[in-house]
Amino acid sequence: MPARLDVAEIGHQIITLPARAMEPLMAGLQRLVGIKRMPWVFLLPNLVAVLLFCLLPVFINIVFSLTGSDRLYPAERPFVGTANYDILLACQNYLDPASCKADLFWRAVQNSMIFVPIQVVGMVTVSTIAALCLNRSLPGRGFFRGVFFFPVMLSPVVVAYTWQWILQRNGALNGILSWAGLPGSNWLADPQSAFFWAIFVTIWAHMGFYTVIILAGLQAIPKDVYEAAKMDSASNWRTFTAITLPLLKPIMLVVFVLCIIRSVQTFDELYVLTGGGPGSATMLIVQYIYEVGFAVQPRNFGLAASASLLLGLVLILFTAVQMLLSRKSNNG
Amino acid sequence: MKQIWRTTGGAVVLAAGATGAFGGEITVYCQDIAVGCAALGPVVESFEAANPGDKVILETVNYQTILESLPIQLESGSGPDAAIITDMSGLTRYYLDLSPYAEDAAALRADYEPLLAWLRGKDPDSAAINGIPLSMTVNGAYVNATLFEQAEVDMPAEGASWEDWAAATRKVADATGVPFPMEFDRSGHRFASLAISYGAQLVDADGRPVVDEGLKAAIEQFVQWHEDGTMPMDLWGAVGGSAHRELFSDFVNAETVFYFGGSWTIGQMDAEVDDLFDWRVVPTPCGPSSCTAMPGGSALAGFNTSDNPELTGRFLTYLAQPEQIAKIDIHAKELPTSQTLIQQGLDYPDASEKTQEALDVFLAQVPKMADTAYRFQGWSYQRAMMNAMTTRISQVLNDELDVEDALMRIKQDVETAIQAAEG
Amino acid sequence: MADIAKLESRPSILHIFKLRRGRNRFDLADWLTYGFLLLGFVIFFLPVVWVVLSSFKTSANLQEFPPTILPYATQTAEVQGFDTPLTLFDVVMEDGTTERVALIRRVGKIAQMIDPEDPSAGRLQIAADALAPVKSLHFAVENYTNLLSGSENQIGRYVYNSLFITIVATVITVIINSMAAFALSKYRFRGSGIALFGILSMLMIPASVILVPIYLIVAEMGLIANPWGVILPTVATPTGVFLLRQYMLTIPDELLEAARMDHASEWRIFWRIILPLSTPALAVVAIFSILSRWNDFLLPLLILNKREAYTLQLALTSFQTQYGIRYDMLLAMTTITALPLALVFIFLQRYITTGIASTGIK
Repeated sequence: MPARLDVAEIGHQIITLPARAMEPLMAGLQRLVGIKRMPWVFLLPNLVAVLLFCLLPVFINIVFSLTGSDRLYPAERPFVGTANYDILLACQNYLDPASCKADLFWRAVQNSMIFVPIQVVGMVTVSTIAALCLNRSLPGRGFFRGVFFFPVMLSPVVVAYTWQWILQRNGALNGILSWAGLPGSNWLADPQSAFFWAIFVTIWAHMGFYTVIILAGLQAIPKDVYEAAKMDSASNWRTFTAITLPLLKPIMLVVFVLCIIRSVQTFDELYVLTGGGPGSATMLIVQYIYEVGFAVQPRNFGLAASASLLLGLVLILFTAVQMLLSRKSNNG
Repeated sequence: MKQIWRTTGGAVVLAAGATGAFGGEITVYCQDIAVGCAALGPVVESFEAANPGDKVILETVNYQTILESLPIQLESGSGPDAAIITDMSGLTRYYLDLSPYAEDAAALRADYEPLLAWLRGKDPDSAAINGIPLSMTVNGAYVNATLFEQAEVDMPAEGASWEDWAAATRKVADATGVPFPMEFDRSGHRFASLAISYGAQLVDADGRPVVDEGLKAAIEQFVQWHEDGTMPMDLWGAVGGSAHRELFSDFVNAETVFYFGGSWTIGQMDAEVDDLFDWRVVPTPCGPSSCTAMPGGSALAGFNTSDNPELTGRFLTYLAQPEQIAKIDIHAKELPTSQTLIQQGLDYPDASEKTQEALDVFLAQVPKMADTAYRFQGWSYQRAMMNAMTTRISQVLNDELDVEDALMRIKQDVETAIQAAEG
Repeated sequence: MADIAKLESRPSILHIFKLRRGRNRFDLADWLTYGFLLLGFVIFFLPVVWVVLSSFKTSANLQEFPPTILPYATQTAEVQGFDTPLTLFDVVMEDGTTERVALIRRVGKIAQMIDPEDPSAGRLQIAADALAPVKSLHFAVENYTNLLSGSENQIGRYVYNSLFITIVATVITVIINSMAAFALSKYRFRGSGIALFGILSMLMIPASVILVPIYLIVAEMGLIANPWGVILPTVATPTGVFLLRQYMLTIPDELLEAARMDHASEWRIFWRIILPLSTPALAVVAIFSILSRWNDFLLPLLILNKREAYTLQLALTSFQTQYGIRYDMLLAMTTITALPLALVFIFLQRYITTGIASTGIK
C-alpha cells in the first residue's frame, strides 16, 4: 500500500467497480440486441434525460410562446396565435431599432451582433495562448492554472461587483492611472468604453473555462509528431501552425461552438455591471428576455419564450452550418 | 377598541377540537431583514402562548425566494401559508381574504385603510382584507447638513421646491468642492415621487397607463439636472434597463450634498455615517402640483392555497392588533401602518436621537402624500411602469431617445405588459 | 494515425516548446511565457485576492472612497462616563502637535471632543474639519460568524446536502455523458447525426428560460424539496457530451478493432480502453460539473423549498434584500463556498494534463 493517499486510484476504483459489475449485464444485453444496436444502449440514459429535461421544456416554451396571460400551467393559458412573434417582428426597417415595436429587442440583437464576434475571437485567442503557456513544464505551473481558473468560480454578482470596484469613478483603475500621471475616466458612463469593458469582463470571467478545455485537448496530440518536426528542424511557429492547430481541431470546434453559444447568452455579469447601459449600449438578447419575462410582475412568459425560441433557432442554424463546414473539411 | 381586535380564536379552537383537528401548524416566509422573522418572533410567541396547540413556523428565506420562487410555488400549490411581501399588488389572486376571521372586520378595515387597497390589485374598491400591512416606508431626501454649514448656505425650508433644492445644493457643492449636488436612487419608485409632484397621473381610474405633461416636465427637469452636472451620470446614465441601483456610498463619503432614497436606509445611515458628519432627513421637496413622496411598505399576506386557512386567518388578525403590530414596527424601526398607531405616534426606545428625529420627519410626510401616489402604489402594473421609466429615461440621458419618444415608449411598454397579462 | 505502440509511449506532459529544452538558456519563448503569465497574475489573480481581503471588511469600510486594499475600521475607545464607545480622531492642535481625542458629538462645524486618557480634563471644542478618523487594521470576522449563525446551526446539514447533490450529480453526469459520447464518436449508425444534433440543439436555449418548464416537470414528478429534483434535470449536460465526443474522436479506432478481435464486449471496450484514454476530458467535465452543481442557485431556489433540503448556497444568501445586496456578507459567502472549489480544482487540474501513458491500457 502506498503511504500517500492516492485519490486517482480511488477515483479509478469508483469507476472500475461498478463498471466491472455491469459487465455481465451489458454483455448479455449485447447478445440480446446485437452489436449494431449497442450505440443506442449507450445513448439511452443520456437521451432519456435530454428528452425529459431539455426537449420537453423547449416544447413547453413553444406552447408558452403561442399563448398569453401570466399563468404558469400551459393548460390555463389562452391561445393567442402568433401575437407574440408579431410584436417582436413588427419593424418598418430591421436595421433601425427605433422603427420597431420591440425596439429594445432589436437593439439587443444589434448589440449582440457586434459583441459576439469580438468577444469570441478575443476569448479564443487569449485562452489558446494561456493554454499553450500553461502546457509547458515550468515551475509554478499548477499555481498559474489556478490563477486563470479562479474567476470561473466566482458568482456573476461577485464578478460584477469586483469590476465595479475597479472601474467606478473613484475606483482602482483610475487610482492607478492617476498615480502613473494618466487621465482617468468614468469608464462605465460612456457607451463605447462600457462596451469594451463588457467584453473585457466577460472574457475575464470565463476564459479559464476554455483554457482548461484546450489544455485537455493538447494532451491528445501524440508526442511522436513533434519528434518528427524536431528532426525536420521546423520552427516553433511552423510546428504550431502545421501540427498543433490541425490536431487540436476537434477540440477547437467545441471551444468555438460553446464560446459562441455562451457569448450570445451573456447575461448575469452584465446585468449587474451595467444593467445593459449606458442607455441600451450593452443590452444583449438574454437581458431583454429576462426583463420581459422574469424580472417583475406581470411576467410576460409568452413574449420571453418567443424571443428565446427565435434566438435558439438562429443559434441552431449557425451551429449546423459550422458542423457541416467542419465535416466537409474533415472529409476533404 | 381592544375588544374589537380579539378574534374568535377560543370558539374556533373548541369547534375544531370537536371535529378532531385540534390545533395546527402554519408556515410563514419572512426575510432576515428589518421587517422579517426577527420582528415577527415575539408576536408568534405571544400568539402561541394564547393559543396552546397552534404552531406558527417562521421560515427565513432570501429575497429571491419571495421575488422569484413564491409566485411559482403558489401557482403550483406548494407555497407557504403566509409570507411577508413588498410587491403587494403582484400576487392578488392568491391572497386569503381575512374578513371572515376577524371579529370586527369593519374596524380592522378602518384601521388599515388606505394601505389595504394596495393588496386588492385590480379591484381596489372591494372590501377584501387581503393581508395585514406591517410597516410603511416613505421616499425621502437625506441632506449633509455639515456641508451646508461649511458653505454658509441656508437650507431651504419646508415647502421649498425641487428647483430651490437644486439651486441650494449646487451652491453648497461649489463652495465645498463636493463633486455632486444631488443624487437619486436609480429606481422608478423614487422617480415617481418627482413625477407625481410635477403633476403626473401615471395611472388612470381604469388602471391604464397615463403619460401626460406632468411626466414630461419631470423627465425634462431630470434630464436637465444630468446635463448641467447637478446629478452624476453614474446611476441613471451609466446603468441601463430596469436594474435597481443605489450609490448611497456617495452620500456616506460626502460626495453628494443631497441623496433621494427612503426611510428604510435610516439604520444604515446611523451605523455608517455615525459621527462623520451631520446628516438630516428633510421634508420632501415640492413640485408644481404637490409635495408628495411615494409610499411603500410590506405586508403579511395569507394565501388561499393554505391547508389551514382558519389558523392562518386567526394568526393574521391576532397580529393586526395595534399592540402586536407596534412590537414589529418598534423592533424594525419602521413607520406604523395602523391609524391608531399613527395617531398615537410611536416611540422607538432603542433608537438613537437622530433616528427618532428622522422617523418623525418621515412620518410628517405621510399626510402630504397625493392620492395619485397611493393609487400608483396599488396598481397591479406599477412595476411594469417603473421599469419602463428607468429604462427609457436612461436612454434619453444617452441620446438614444428624445423625451417625446420616451413617453410614447413608456406607454407602449406598459400596454404590451397589460395586454399579455390579461390574455 | 499513430499505432498502438506509439500511443503507449506518449509522455505524461506534452508541449510544443519542449524542443527547446535541450538548450540551457532562457530563450524568447520563455520570456513571452513568463510575461504572459505575469500579466495574467495581475489581471486575473489580484482581483480575486481583493475579493478575499474585502470579505474581512466592515460594511462601512467597503463603502469608502477611495477603496482601501486591506480591511480597516475606525478605532473607538471606552471613555469613563459614556455608555457607548466613542470614535477616536487625530486632531492637529493650534500649536501644531497632533493629539488623539474621542468625539462626543458634532454640532455643525464644531465638534465636542474629550481626551480618552484624561476625561476629567473636560470637553474640548474643535473645528470639525480638523478631524481625521483613526483607523487600524481590523479583520471583520463577524461577516463570517453572522453568516454561519444565520443558518441556525444547521450548517452541517446544508454542507451535507450540497455535497450529496454535487457528488451524485457529477458521478451520474460523467458516466452517462461519456457513454453517450462513446456512442456518438465510435460508431457509425443510422440516427447518430440526428442524435448528436438534437443533443447539441439543447445548448441553444438560455438556461434561465427553461427554468420554469423544468420546475413544472419536476413538480409533476413529485420531486419538489427532494435533492433528486435538482440532480436529475442537470445530468444530461449537452456541453459534457459534446466535449467528450470531440475528445474521443481523437482516439484511434485501431485500438477498438484490436480489442474486438480479442472478443471484448462493447462495454468492456468502453470502460477498459476509452475511459482511461479520455482522462483529461473526463477531468474537465468533472470539474465543470462540480463547479456548476456546487454554485447552482436558481434551480435549487425553486425546487428545494424546505429548509432541511437547502444547499449551502441557498442557506447563505439571506443578505440580499429588496434594496440591494449586503456586499460584506456576499464576499464572505463567496470566500466560504469557493474555497472547497479552489482545492478541488488544484487537485483535479493535474489530471487534465495526465498523459495517456500514466493511466495506461492494462
